[in-house]
Amino acid sequence: MEFFTTIVQILDSTVRLSVPLLLACLAGLYSERSGIFDIGLEGKMLAGAFAAGAAAAVMGSAWAGLAMAVLISVGLALVHGFASITHRGNQIVSGVAINFVAAGSTIILGQAWFSQGGRTPSLAAEGRFGAVNLPFADAVADVPIVGQIYSELLSGHSLLVYFAFAMVPFTWWVLFRTRFGLRLRAVGENPAAVDTAGISVAWLRYRAVICTGILCGFAGAYLALAMNAGFVKDMTAGRGFIALAALIFAKWRPVPAMMACLLFGFLDAAAIRLGGSPLPIVGRVPVQFFQALPYVLTVVLLAGFIGKAIPPRAGGQPYVKER
Amino acid sequence: MAEAAIELVGINKSFGAVHANRDIDLKVHRGTIHGIIGENGAGKSTLMSILYGFYQADSGSISVNGKPTTIDTPNDAIAAGIGMVHQHFMLVENFTVLENVILGAEGEPLLNTSIAKARSELQRLERDYGLEVDPDAVIEQLPVGLQQRVEILKALYRGADILILDEPTGVLTPAEADHLFRILAQLKDEGKTVVLITHKLREIMAITDAVSVMRQGEMVATRKTSETTVEELAELMVGRRVLLRVEKGDANPGDVKLAVRNLTVRDSRGVTMVDNVSFDVRAGEIVGIAGVAGNGQSELIESISGIRRALSGEVTLDGSPIDVTGTADPGELRERGMAHVPEDRHHVGLVLQFEENENSILGYHDKPQYLSGPLLNRDAIVADAKDKIEKYDIRPGNPMLKTANFSGGNQQKIVLAREMDADPGVLIVGQPTRGVDVGAIEFIHKRLIDMRDQGKAVLLISVELDEIRSLSDRILVMFDGRIVGERGPDATEGELGLLMAGVESKEAAE
Amino acid sequence: MSAPYAKLPGWADYGLIPVINLLVAFLVAGLVVMLVGENPLRAAGILVEGAFGRGQSIAYTLYYATSFIFTGLAVAVAFHCGLFNIGGEGQAYIAGVGVAVVCLTLDGVFPWWINFPLAILGAGAVGAFWAFIPGILQAKRGSHIVITTIMFNFIAASVMVYLLVDVIKPAGSMAPQTRTFLEGAQLPKLNWVIEMLGLPIRSSPFNITFLLALVCAWLVWLLIWRTRLGYEIRTQGHSPKAARYAGIGEARIIVITMIISGALAGMMALNPIMGDQHRVQLDFVTGAGFVGIAVALMGRSHPVGIIPAAILFGALYQGGAELSFEIPTISRDMIVIIQGLVILFAGALEHMFRPQIQTIFATLRPRSSGVEAPSGEGA
Repeated sequence: MEFFTTIVQILDSTVRLSVPLLLACLAGLYSERSGIFDIGLEGKMLAGAFAAGAAAAVMGSAWAGLAMAVLISVGLALVHGFASITHRGNQIVSGVAINFVAAGSTIILGQAWFSQGGRTPSLAAEGRFGAVNLPFADAVADVPIVGQIYSELLSGHSLLVYFAFAMVPFTWWVLFRTRFGLRLRAVGENPAAVDTAGISVAWLRYRAVICTGILCGFAGAYLALAMNAGFVKDMTAGRGFIALAALIFAKWRPVPAMMACLLFGFLDAAAIRLGGSPLPIVGRVPVQFFQALPYVLTVVLLAGFIGKAIPPRAGGQPYVKER
Repeated sequence: MAEAAIELVGINKSFGAVHANRDIDLKVHRGTIHGIIGENGAGKSTLMSILYGFYQADSGSISVNGKPTTIDTPNDAIAAGIGMVHQHFMLVENFTVLENVILGAEGEPLLNTSIAKARSELQRLERDYGLEVDPDAVIEQLPVGLQQRVEILKALYRGADILILDEPTGVLTPAEADHLFRILAQLKDEGKTVVLITHKLREIMAITDAVSVMRQGEMVATRKTSETTVEELAELMVGRRVLLRVEKGDANPGDVKLAVRNLTVRDSRGVTMVDNVSFDVRAGEIVGIAGVAGNGQSELIESISGIRRALSGEVTLDGSPIDVTGTADPGELRERGMAHVPEDRHHVGLVLQFEENENSILGYHDKPQYLSGPLLNRDAIVADAKDKIEKYDIRPGNPMLKTANFSGGNQQKIVLAREMDADPGVLIVGQPTRGVDVGAIEFIHKRLIDMRDQGKAVLLISVELDEIRSLSDRILVMFDGRIVGERGPDATEGELGLLMAGVESKEAAE
Repeated sequence: MSAPYAKLPGWADYGLIPVINLLVAFLVAGLVVMLVGENPLRAAGILVEGAFGRGQSIAYTLYYATSFIFTGLAVAVAFHCGLFNIGGEGQAYIAGVGVAVVCLTLDGVFPWWINFPLAILGAGAVGAFWAFIPGILQAKRGSHIVITTIMFNFIAASVMVYLLVDVIKPAGSMAPQTRTFLEGAQLPKLNWVIEMLGLPIRSSPFNITFLLALVCAWLVWLLIWRTRLGYEIRTQGHSPKAARYAGIGEARIIVITMIISGALAGMMALNPIMGDQHRVQLDFVTGAGFVGIAVALMGRSHPVGIIPAAILFGALYQGGAELSFEIPTISRDMIVIIQGLVILFAGALEHMFRPQIQTIFATLRPRSSGVEAPSGEGA
């Protein structure tokens, strides 16, 4: 039974740790499906986290924090759009730039406004997204296995966790069941087909990067308002890049994206839980092994050794009307 | 007669210094199939792209069904009932047929109903026009002919009354082309108007009611198809140009230098571009390959020169084989005495960002005279470049100048100087005078004749018929990937024009 | 295809536009300073004073610049081949192993002038190896080099933490770092150069790796513009089709370019490890690999541009330290913002002001400017 409890606990933290990955990964999905590569997920998430922490601290409301996170993140997404859609700049360079601007300004502004070494003030309960207890969670907690799974694994997460997982079917629905999704997928594959069909390529791509901005804002807000009680400098800690890896791993599809994020979240949770204690058969595995695994797996995947990850065909190339 | 379906008046369009359309007037009557014929670069596609709103004309006016209409975007064209099937299909390859058909014409934010509606509409179109295609098939798994059918369906689904097809048979087999023509005839019977852009006379004669001929950006004539002949159209298309006669003596052909046997080349889409081609080029002769662009000439020379892998066939250079289906490498071929002036000097033959002297060694940069150890011997390279500048009259005569700052003609001379100066046994030349001013053309032609007189084997590819005629000792005509005829230098324009348009004998045209 | 942008005179193209882009980047940075409630001009003054005011500060500026020259050159060499190597950070970090192996085994055996060349080889080889893998994966398997080099940054970080915590940390020590090197692995300082100018220095990390960086800059110039290999790299970078036509093997050139790029990034490790700290510590690269991107973009991938760009960023690092001392609200992270803005305006938005500048040139000299006619080719 104790073993089972451990498993549930690891899975529980898997869920918590995979949420920011999932939100950022779905965010990237919108942009990259429209043909705009985005390696600036990390920066947008970080800026979102800071905005969330700062606004929630000042206004004492988690919702205000969330709104500010989305606002700032969308702002950065629009900068990326301006550079890569309007000015047809290099999308990679623009993404790198946004990461640095976010990394630097969150610390500078944090220090200037709150003087806590780059942190935002610790948030009280009303400034955070607290746990939501699902109905009867307490009542069934003692029922073995099923009850335990319900009360520990499924219940007791913040609203944003449920939101993130709800975004998976929603994104799938948007992508494959709506006009917007059809056009979004088309513009990432063949913008000329979209253009000759009488649809504005630029406006479509702008809407895609705005979606990216919104979800990155949510990812940042989750970090600052749900996982932690405020912003800590560099709190994204490379999650934006893991999300990017997950997106490639999922071959730019929503449900596999969730699976990849859960896998990477699980690796993280396992590493924390094991903390370097020995495993059966293989003996002690360094924590760093688990930390590096998502990246190693992504490289192996990209090299085509396990399946082939084919990005949207027009990805990374600015659209220029051909003569 | 009822008012015209389309009326264009005074259309002008320039791209930089190129006047692609010059004062074009065109009237297409409702319920007819109207052909527009002309050589490559005559401005047909540009004109139709203007009509479809993909480009905007610099001046001129458009009327659709008698009403003056402003067409600034494809949306305006679609709203006016114009549909277009582009030469390069505008399809999303990993989408299904249905998804492609509804893209941009979904009607409502959710796809459920629009897909259902499209499905039944497709069934209707299938019944009415014989346009069968599986609505759930993914485009990239369909043969090219069916992909084109999807393009037609897209236009019809949007309610197009006027359908423009840009070189629709270029990618089709003859059987597929015949099927397409039956579909077009049916569309006409239903009261639709069809504009067919092509360079193939056979198609014009087979299905059009009227035909307009374009040449060098101008509309030179419009005829009723029943009142014209292939000869007249071929002449209108090619024009009675003043032949730039180049002084040359008789050829004195020697041994076979380059032999091509049963060469077959496919492009990346799997379309056969060169189909079982065989020919020889001897020392001391110029063999010209005539043909409208896109009939396989480019793929032919790319594969002989080691840039593009061939599917099958044999090529020998001086009697020893070139591994064209495997490891042939342009560098190796250069060492064996084959020089190549590529068709696309901007992206292939030159690096425009380089200084002139750097381009004067491109491909020959590992020759010992340009090197000193791992370093480039700059002095030798610059001296060599100066030498070529003088010999080939390249202006401005500054080897340090960025190549992009030279005019088209002088850029071409840089390439020619490099390839000719290497003293090759075989010289392959693609479009030597495309975009080159008249003075330079004469110079380049003289140089090519000199090469021949020095006993080099020259293989010349050009879409300029008079260039082929004035330079070649033997003329091969390529059509649809095959060599459809060989003629001597005294062949008439009309004769070659018919061959280039796929008419192998006069009877076949009628 | 006509050129997307009209012709400008060379000095405007290579001088005016980069300067305008840079100015805009600093203007926006100034806005951030205002947002923090400080006076940007005063901040700039302190920054310049802090970077160049005394011999000490000049030495520090040049010490930082040394690292940035290496990483800037690494990014630039890859740019010339049309490759974006974002992995300089990881390549430099992992190269610390190469330096450590040489120094830890030989620091008691040989003097520095024997160990230094060996350590150069060690750092270069390990850095090159770390770039070789993404290179060969791009060349042979088509994996996007940007993504693989990013992934390799993180893998390098994990490997280094593991090595420093679990493998090469001396027994009984708590800090995740190697032991301090003996004198045989400590590089001489260059403080005397600055003292010769009459500026006294107490102590600084400015060391002879700076000279190595200058030599590398010269070698890169030689490689790119004067060797056959460089010619092939540039051909591939400008036009892969022309490279194919010229018989240049694409895979070979990509792999070789990445090896050179990685070796240059790897050599950056020498500067802090042998020149200053005399041990390998966690995170000794401190973002220098990423600064290289900004330096290469600003220096337009030419050593003559890269050296001043590296010194500018060195000055920002050093001046930034002073600045955070004087104005505590502006920490050294201000540099990261400036770095991002430089990358944004000199890189992604490189052509933003071009149309306006062309209009100005066109009105000043109506005939010599304007849209250049494309050289032929009908529709």
